[in-house]
Amino acid sequence: MKRLLLAGVGLFAASLLPAASHAQGTVKIGLILPYSGQFADTATQIDDGIKLYLKQHGNKLGGMNVEIVRKDTGGINPPVAKRLAEELVTRDNVDILAGFALTPNALAAAEVSAQAKKFMVVMNAATAIITTKSPYMARTSFTVPQVNETLATWAEKNGDKSAYTMVTDYGPGIDAETAFQKAFSAAGGSVVGSVRMAVQNPDFSAYVQRAKDLNPQSIFVMIPGGSQPGAFGKAMAERGIDPRKTEVLGQAEIADEHALASMGDVAEGIITSGNYDYNLDNPMNKEFVKDYNADYNRNPDFFSVGGYDGTHLIDIALTKDGGKTDGDSLIAAAKGASWDSPRGPMSIDPETRDVIETVYIRKVEKVNDKLVNVTIASFPNVKDPFKAAMQK
Amino acid sequence: MALTRSFDAPGLYFQSRTRWRLVEIVFWLATLLPFALLPDYLILASQIAITALFALSLDLILGYAGIVSLGHAAFFGVGAYAAGLLSKYGWGEPITGLLAASIAAGIVGYATSFVICRFRHLALIMLTLGFGLMLEELANSAGWLTGGFDGLQGIETWKLFGHFEFDLYGYVAYAYSLAVLFILFVFARRLIHSPFGLSLRGIRENYVRMPAIGAPSRAHIRTIYTISAAMAGIAGALLAQTTETLSLDSLGFERSAELLVILVLGGAGRLYGGLVGAMIYMIARDRFSGVEPQYWYFWIGVLLVTVVMILPNGILGGLAKLAARWSRS
Repeated sequence: MKRLLLAGVGLFAASLLPAASHAQGTVKIGLILPYSGQFADTATQIDDGIKLYLKQHGNKLGGMNVEIVRKDTGGINPPVAKRLAEELVTRDNVDILAGFALTPNALAAAEVSAQAKKFMVVMNAATAIITTKSPYMARTSFTVPQVNETLATWAEKNGDKSAYTMVTDYGPGIDAETAFQKAFSAAGGSVVGSVRMAVQNPDFSAYVQRAKDLNPQSIFVMIPGGSQPGAFGKAMAERGIDPRKTEVLGQAEIADEHALASMGDVAEGIITSGNYDYNLDNPMNKEFVKDYNADYNRNPDFFSVGGYDGTHLIDIALTKDGGKTDGDSLIAAAKGASWDSPRGPMSIDPETRDVIETVYIRKVEKVNDKLVNVTIASFPNVKDPFKAAMQK
Repeated sequence: MALTRSFDAPGLYFQSRTRWRLVEIVFWLATLLPFALLPDYLILASQIAITALFALSLDLILGYAGIVSLGHAAFFGVGAYAAGLLSKYGWGEPITGLLAASIAAGIVGYATSFVICRFRHLALIMLTLGFGLMLEELANSAGWLTGGFDGLQGIETWKLFGHFEFDLYGYVAYAYSLAVLFILFVFARRLIHSPFGLSLRGIRENYVRMPAIGAPSRAHIRTIYTISAAMAGIAGALLAQTTETLSLDSLGFERSAELLVILVLGGAGRLYGGLVGAMIYMIARDRFSGVEPQYWYFWIGVLLVTVVMILPNGILGGLAKLAARWSRS
């Protein structure tokens, strides 16, 4: 009797310990995203992608119950991101770190992932080097060189012999500029000039005028999404650049749904490169867009699909390793994982742990009186060229 | 005041001010509690200590000398980048990193103090704001040095005293930050309760009249501004060293504005104001954002409005008033 009582007390005491509340068959995921501040919309789209996947799969990943702890970085703030990652690991005992919309935050949390040996899924941040910072990290979005080198090579092959590049003066912009210029020159085209524009509230008209004066066959543009594409469209209209005559090339942001709405008809003819668009014509995507609209009353974008597929990857890894939640088992299971996504077939490169996917070249066209991105070329199984070059 | 009763009076006055009170001793002992009671919160505690040090540095100029600054993060950032760059290029020793950071920030502070000391009030807000923005853009454009938008990569802090490694749980980070905060707090406390500190308060109250009684306003402002800048630089270096990450936000406008909020919340012009403000603000932030990751700023807003409406002189100002009323009755 006494022993039984002792055991009872012991059990009760154990149930009070935080580690013991970690019930059998539950996987705990720590999500780090900029839920507040100027990137809040990005975080919402990623989060909604995650929620939709979980809803479609009965809130279970790899047969395990899922518990999610959400943490807000409030924008670009690496010290906070790192602290949140550390706290998620030490205080909340999460098994997996996920989310990461912004490169500086992902880089800061990568150290925690490496140190604590935790599986980390980057669902958006697109600077090439991120995945090299922790051996437990995989990415389900895209990389800046991946989409832009593909775009540059395609453009040159399709008759653009001269290009002018205009990028915002920050990490992803500079990455995009480097990637585009490198691939464009390598393909045989010539870059007639380039400019880096201020991050905050730039006045595009002067830049656009300079581009027009040089009269290149194409202009490559990389600017942050949000309010800037609209302003850029206005400057193009004012200075008389018609994307149907001078090819305007860019990354997905400049012609996503919101950008097109704010730019209006001047956007017609813009060519972008990206891994996803809600107009992609495949049955899985049609289903995805329908479900997404039913729950969140808007169209998904490449952020949503990053979150959706990131959750899918966790599901695959947990299924494959039989529910083991330690970093080594999970990353081993994630390497080489491949699945069908609304964006098309995709996989995780077993060597670099980065995403391999189809890159789509799309052109803005008017369909049923509405501006949409129409796929004009697609390149399956594109690896991140930056890391491929690193390995050589 | 009975200052002129005898020649000893000023000395006695300062002595009575510098004596450590029981509340203070209890306060500092309480800062050790997290080690025993909340070992899961040490990383947060270390960042609170760093913010407290930063707020203390602003208090020296804002609370005591009346210099309103909306660009104090500039010095925080200069210190952080000084320590970060030093570490990136091969010297990750923490203590010397702090020294280097304080020197770098102090030099920038001294250089700008020549402009600062000529202006008061609104003009100062514009000046410090503009200066902060300039520095931020400079750091942004010097991407080859600062890493630009993506932040500085490759910071590695060596073991403290060659012995204690900065761990995942933050034991060393908190001990280190707290020790530095305490040392600089004692220094600031001594400074404020000195004739120099008293003349600073005189300058705050009447900038023009102070020179008439032999306290050169401009020279004093230059001195305190430089000291404050160096201290902010040390806070920045602490953050860079303990987190081993660094990006442009460390010298951005938002950090300056947040700091001002923290100081006003705690109570400006009281040594402990910044400390208490940092504690309350950061704990509230941690709690609110944990419960409501999307709209937690709403609750921060509620907290600020409530505190400012009920306690216009900050939390410590309110407490002091309560204490005064209690001792009278």
